[in-house]
Amino acid sequence: MNNKFKIFLKGITDVSPLMIPVVPFGIIFGVLAIELGFNTYTTMGMSIIIFGGASQIIFLQLFSAGASSLVILSSVGAVNSRHLLYGAVLSEHLSDLKLTWKIIISYFLVDQAFAVSNNYLKKSKDINKYFHLFGAGATCWTIWQITTFLGIILGSVLPEKLGLTFAIPLTFLALLVNDFRRLINLIVIIISGSIATLGYQIIPFKAYVIVAALVSLFAAFILTEFKSMKNE
Amino acid sequence: MSSWILIIYCGLITFLTRFSMIALLKKEMFNNRVREVLSYVPSAIFPAIIFPLVFLDNSGSLDLQNNPKIIAAIIATIIGILSKNILATIFSGLISYWMFIFLLGY
Repeated sequence: MNNKFKIFLKGITDVSPLMIPVVPFGIIFGVLAIELGFNTYTTMGMSIIIFGGASQIIFLQLFSAGASSLVILSSVGAVNSRHLLYGAVLSEHLSDLKLTWKIIISYFLVDQAFAVSNNYLKKSKDINKYFHLFGAGATCWTIWQITTFLGIILGSVLPEKLGLTFAIPLTFLALLVNDFRRLINLIVIIISGSIATLGYQIIPFKAYVIVAALVSLFAAFILTEFKSMKNE
Repeated sequence: MSSWILIIYCGLITFLTRFSMIALLKKEMFNNRVREVLSYVPSAIFPAIIFPLVFLDNSGSLDLQNNPKIIAAIIATIIGILSKNILATIFSGLISYWMFIFLLGY
């Protein structure tokens, strides 16, 4: 077995436990898309072209609320801005790769793949270590496509009365739950949530997500600045 | 704009956020300060999606009384903090929501 393949397999095994929550997430996405009126092709198209759980759910949410294209695009961009950080952290390991590989790796760079491969890349000295990220990302991709499809099938059978759209806030809540323990995070969470809720009807073009995110990120900047001054 | 074109644009923007830093960044351009502030991005964005969906009704007005979503979200948060488990958080919220609307008739 050659070395690249071995590292690829290691990526698959490392990321596998993180796939457990992705399964219901993918199914929920498929179900919601069908419930909100998308067809099989556009739903699969979103999972293949966008390939990002949070972004796709935001897309559904804003699209069905009648937000403008510009607002949808900038909200998807805002939700994805965390990938800038992932890229920045990983770039030192990937800077010697050919452009084609940088493109492939970027397409597969999702939260779970980043979480496991970042640890591996930091430790490994192997020249082919990027195959770990490729393996982890490809695993996420496969699971995401299969579960989207399962959701599409389920979405056409499940009754609307179940109120499954409530799964949207719950999914994001689940991704955020660890941040409730830290004071600065908690303050940022409350600022963001309050601005979005109170500004929902006042802020034009359904831009409440971006406005709330930018204001509370600025608050995070101030609070961390204050914290580091206190520590000096 | 057709939904397909919008999906393609959203795909492009998603790809660019992943690709840009890998493609452009020379090692130490991100200092610890930038990294620290960026670590708050989830806390800044996700509540802006969560809160309106929990606290507002379908017409977009505040709904604080007899709103089963608020209680279900609080239960999910507590279960989430205690269990640190994504699945437990989602399903405790959904199940308590269903209990309120189906059994208690909210």
